[in-house]
Amino acid sequence: MLQRLQHLLGTEDLTREQIAFILDQARPFQEFHRHPLKKLATLRGKTVALAFFESSTRTRISFATAAARLGADTMNLQAESSSLKKGESLLDTVRTLEAMRPDGIVIRHTSSGAPEFVAQRLNIPVVNAGDGTHEHPTQALLDALTIRDRKGKLDDWNLTILGDILHSRVARSNIHLLSKFGVRTTLCGPAMWVPRELETLAPNVRRVFRIDEALNEADIIMVLRVQSERIHEPALAPEEYILQYQLTPERLRLARPDALVLHPGPMIRGLEIDPAVADGPQSCVLEQVTNGLAIRMALLYHLVGGSPVEAPEPAKE
Amino acid sequence: MLLIKNARLLDPASGTDAALDVLLDGELISQVGANLSASNAEIFDAKGLIVAPGFIDLHCHLREPGQELSETIETGTRAAAHGGFTAVCCMPNTQPVNDSASVTRGIVERAAAVSAVRVWPIGAASVGSKGEALAEIAAMKDAGIVAVSDDGKPVATARLMRQVMDYCRSLDLPVIDHCEDPSLFAGGVMREGPRSMRLGLQGIPAQSESICAGRDVELAALTQARLHIAHMSTTGALDYVRAAKKLGLRVTCEVTPHHFTLIDEDVRYDSMYKMNPPLASREDRAALIAGLADGSVDAIATDHAPHHPASKDVEFDRAPFGITGFETALALALSELVHTKKISLMRMVELFTTGPARVLGIDRKIAAGQPADLTIFSADLAWTFRAADSASKSRNTPFNGRSFRGAPVATIVAGRVVYRR
Repeated sequence: MLQRLQHLLGTEDLTREQIAFILDQARPFQEFHRHPLKKLATLRGKTVALAFFESSTRTRISFATAAARLGADTMNLQAESSSLKKGESLLDTVRTLEAMRPDGIVIRHTSSGAPEFVAQRLNIPVVNAGDGTHEHPTQALLDALTIRDRKGKLDDWNLTILGDILHSRVARSNIHLLSKFGVRTTLCGPAMWVPRELETLAPNVRRVFRIDEALNEADIIMVLRVQSERIHEPALAPEEYILQYQLTPERLRLARPDALVLHPGPMIRGLEIDPAVADGPQSCVLEQVTNGLAIRMALLYHLVGGSPVEAPEPAKE
Repeated sequence: MLLIKNARLLDPASGTDAALDVLLDGELISQVGANLSASNAEIFDAKGLIVAPGFIDLHCHLREPGQELSETIETGTRAAAHGGFTAVCCMPNTQPVNDSASVTRGIVERAAAVSAVRVWPIGAASVGSKGEALAEIAAMKDAGIVAVSDDGKPVATARLMRQVMDYCRSLDLPVIDHCEDPSLFAGGVMREGPRSMRLGLQGIPAQSESICAGRDVELAALTQARLHIAHMSTTGALDYVRAAKKLGLRVTCEVTPHHFTLIDEDVRYDSMYKMNPPLASREDRAALIAGLADGSVDAIATDHAPHHPASKDVEFDRAPFGITGFETALALALSELVHTKKISLMRMVELFTTGPARVLGIDRKIAAGQPADLTIFSADLAWTFRAADSASKSRNTPFNGRSFRGAPVATIVAGRVVYRR
């Protein structure tokens, strides 16, 4: 029996069945985005609070659009808003939002654990839209949907993640999610961004410091954004990063010929990724964005709309 | 007069473990012996209980002056009395910082008026604990400080630490250091390791503490000063202390109950698990317990650090460091160390009494003519700690709801029963 989700705080505690269920629920919404009229009444009368305590463009727009296309209204709180600047505590801010009776709250926050903190104190579903360097579960789910669509299944691939793993919530969520499907993960980047403790996150996670070796046999390559603030903190010259770790067409040829290239965005062309790779046939970056909308609609439908939990009939061959 | 009868008396100073009565007269102990009687004395029947010298806490924060929302000398010392402590050393990071004789005198006078137990202030090592100029240490000593420390942060530079040590050696005061390398600490909120990686919380490597402890031990060798390492949490720092003791240096250290009870794997997104130094690894906890057992560690100290609820009920990385500790210290020591047979009951009493006394350079024993400071406790009483019932103003503890075997039953300071369970 599928365990109904109360919140979505991370992928670490999701079961394989829950993940497959969310991906299956997203499928009709993928179809729906091809329609000329993109508005449903599924969540009409419901309100979703979007509490973005950390500035965000793409994730906020994705959640707002997902809610709108389901017919829900949204309440928006942004990092620049005055209550935060006036020093109001997180707890007081979210309780104020809750008092306006939303049916669910989406939270992005710079502090790891902030969504869990809120979930323990409010009585509405909480969706983590990225917390500190902890998790970004909807990103991992949309990545999983992209991989499943392109490669036909999620199981048993070789995954290589390139970049600043230490500070990446995207990497953590993907490692937790994909390891449940037997994916073998190779982490690669400058050693100070790939500490050995990362190997304890999930089974079959290893570290490799030479990109040629890391890309060998790779089926899926995730390129992380190199945050400029990290480049300056204990100073790694961008040229040094490019020399060692940029994903170039030559390096991509070391991976399996049908390897996918994913990037959570925003992407800095010419730094972590060569434009020819970003725009090449193996790149999935725009599908990821579209799939993000479908995943977020599926989640809001499930958590806020209370969709049934019976797993859909297995697809007939 | 108060006659304590039928107790098991444990006195580490003399190694006494016997059924002996203790007669108190005024502020002093007047007699210790078997089957004492005194016709005009009030009788305290301590059958089934242990009588020990009064417990001393080398490390606490009473928050007065300046942070009375979290604690006051009155509430903090009441909590200390509930925990069996007869004397507590309060750290100088108040507002203003206790870096001058006038602040010290204010604390001493306030304590004389309202305190349940003896309050022995610790003075700042540097002005404002800013790590620049030496504080008025001699004047503070005259006003009543028992040690110096810039607790909350390390004495900032090796050069300043050398000066503090040289000066304190001439004054015969111990220098207590909160060992931390700020550049490695770097905004961390918990111990660096698999758990910090999983939670995505900024980690603090163990070496942040041990590097500073190594610096301090080197400077203790240079200056021959008395160095005491506060709330030690790493194997590396313990190794430096062991090496220093072997060389005959006057280096001592303390361990908190939370560091011998909890580990980094216990940390959740709950600020009750946020303290500095952070909860250590499983291996470090085992090393600390070995040090408590073999004599390398001199004292158990609480680092009682009250914070009012609103300040702790925030995101983990924004919460202040620290937990309360007076009322759970003895129960944790009994439950985690004695009942598990890691140390003897006598050794535990030593860690609360003669151990910290030696750090301060004072006597602590049960003998005629000594101050009538006694801690009477049960090693078996079953009870559950409820933070809501705490005598402290604050409730920030990870031990709320924890069940224990063993508790303080009476705390006697200068012949007066200041707490009775």
